[in-house]
Amino acid sequence: MIRVFKSEWRKLRRPTLFLGTMLASAGLTGLVTSLLFLLIDSPQGNSDRGNMVSREILQLPSGLTIGFSNAAGLLGIVALCVFAAQTAQEYTYGTLRNLLVRQPRRFQLLIGKYVSMASFAIVMVILAAVISMTLAFGLSGKAKVETDAWVTSDALQEMAKTFGNVLLSVIAFGTVGMILGLLLRSPISAISLGVIWLLIVENILIAVKASLGKWMPGNLMSTIAVGGTDEVSYSHSITMVAIYLVASAAIVVTLFKRRDVSN
Amino acid sequence: MSNLAVSVQDLSKKYGDTFAVSHANFEVPLGTVCGFVGPNGSGKTTTIRMLLGLISPTGGSGEILGHSIKHPEKYLASVGAMIEGPAFYPALTGRENLNVLATLGGYGTDHVQSLLERVGLGDRGNSKYKTYSLGMKQRLGIAAALLPNPKLLILDEPTNGLDPEGIQEIRDLLKSLAHEGTTVFVSSHLLSELELISQYLVMLRKGKVLFAGKIEDLFLAQQPFILVKTINESDLPKISEIAAAADHKSTIRSGVAHIEGPADWAAELNRSAFAAGITLSQLSPMLPSLEETFFEMTGDFE
Repeated sequence: MIRVFKSEWRKLRRPTLFLGTMLASAGLTGLVTSLLFLLIDSPQGNSDRGNMVSREILQLPSGLTIGFSNAAGLLGIVALCVFAAQTAQEYTYGTLRNLLVRQPRRFQLLIGKYVSMASFAIVMVILAAVISMTLAFGLSGKAKVETDAWVTSDALQEMAKTFGNVLLSVIAFGTVGMILGLLLRSPISAISLGVIWLLIVENILIAVKASLGKWMPGNLMSTIAVGGTDEVSYSHSITMVAIYLVASAAIVVTLFKRRDVSN
Repeated sequence: MSNLAVSVQDLSKKYGDTFAVSHANFEVPLGTVCGFVGPNGSGKTTTIRMLLGLISPTGGSGEILGHSIKHPEKYLASVGAMIEGPAFYPALTGRENLNVLATLGGYGTDHVQSLLERVGLGDRGNSKYKTYSLGMKQRLGIAAALLPNPKLLILDEPTNGLDPEGIQEIRDLLKSLAHEGTTVFVSSHLLSELELISQYLVMLRKGKVLFAGKIEDLFLAQQPFILVKTINESDLPKISEIAAAADHKSTIRSGVAHIEGPADWAAELNRSAFAAGITLSQLSPMLPSLEETFFEMTGDFE
C-alpha cells in the first residue's frame, strides 16, 4: 500500500494540480474570511446565506476559526472534484489497466489511492487554516474585533476542534467524489453530478422542506465542519454521514474488485 | 516448475450469448517469441486481458509462469505488458509516467533513463506525454512493459503507429530480449514482422484457436506452390491445363498462375510448357508466407 501511496503522490504533486488546488483552496478560504471581517457592519450579513456573525461572536476564542469553518463547504467541493477526477481519469485515460498490472490487488490499490488523496486533502486544509487565521488576525484591527481571546488555551482547543471537524468534512466530501468517480468512470460526469447535487438539488430540497436537511449528505457533511447546528446535531451528522459513506463505499469497492477492466 | 510461460486450457469469455474467446487451448514455452495473430475482433485482446487478470474468464483455466491466472498477484511482478496501445497521463512527462509505474511496482526509478534510451526516447523523457507522437507513445508503452525486467513480455500491437525504421527497432529489441531469455508473447497485424521473429504462433479467429504451435509446423502443413508467368499472358490458361493434367490445382490472378504443387514438379512444368511452345518469364517454387497461410486458414483471402 505504501507503494501505491507514493506512486499516487507522483500524480498529485504535478504543479498544475497541486498548486492549482492549493491556490483555489487558499483563495476561497481567504475570500470567506475576508468577507466575514470586512462586511461585519453590513446589513446584508457577513456570513453564508446572509447570516450575521457579530463582533461579539468573533471576539470569542472560537472567533479565530469561524472564517475557516465557514469555508469548509467550498473546500469540500474542491476535494470532491480532486478525488473524483483522480479516480475517474484512470478509466478515461485507460491507465487503470497499467496500475492493475503493477498492483493486481485491487483493494490495496484503492485504499492506497484513497489514503494518498486524503493526505492531499490534509495539506489543503492545513493551508486553508493558516491562510484564514492569518487573515483573521490581519483584518481584526480594521473590523475593530478584539483578539485577546484568540491567544488563549481555549482558543487553541477551539482551533484543534475546528480543524478536526473541517478535515473530517472535507475528507467526507472527497470520499463522495471518489465513490462517484468509481461508479461513473468519467471525471466530468462524476464532478457534475456531485456538484449539481450538493450545490443545487440539496439546496432546493431543503428550501422546500427544511427538515430534509437532517438527511441530505451534503448538508450533513457541512454540519460536521461547523460542529453541529441548531437544526442538526453534530452526532447525528457524523452518524448519518458514516452510514452513507460506508454503505456506498462497500458497494463501489465490491464493484471495483469484480468489474472487468476492458477499456 | 514447468517450462511453459503461458498455458491455457479451454479458456473462454462470454458476453451475453456471444463468446469473445471460446475454449482456447495453447501453450507458449519459456524463452521463445510467440506471435499471436487474428483479425480484429478475434479475441486477442480479451485473451491477453484474461492472462493479466484484468477480466475474469467465464470458463477454463490458465497458468502464467506456473501460477494460475486466478492469482495474478503471484506472477505479474515478473510480467511486462502493453495492452491495446499505450495509456498514460497526458500532463506528466514520459519519465514521470514511468516513475509512477516503477514506484507502484516497487522496481525503483534508477533504470528509467536506461529504459527510455533503450526505446529511443532518451532525449524526450522530460517532455510531456501529450506532446508525443503516436510512435513515441508506443515506445513509452514498451518501456513501461520492460520496467519489471520481465520473464514474460506481453505486447498487444507494439508496432502500431511506428514508421518502418521504428518497426525495425522494435523487431531488433524483441529479438534481443528473446536472446536474453525473455519470453515474448506479441500480437500484431504485421504478419511479415511476426514471421521474422516468432518461433511459435497462436492463431485466433472468432474467438477460436485455429493453430497453436511451432511456426515451422504451420508451414509444413501448408501446400507449397509454384508461381508462373508467361511472355504472352494468353498462354496462362494452357499452363493451367498442363497443371490440371498432372492433378495440380491452379488459379490465375493478376497475370500470374498459382499452381499448388511441390518444388520438384517445376522442372517438369518447364519441360511441358516448352514442348507446348510456351515461353516462361518466371517459374518460382514457393512456400506460402505467414500472411498467405493466415488468410487461407481464416478464410479471409477472398
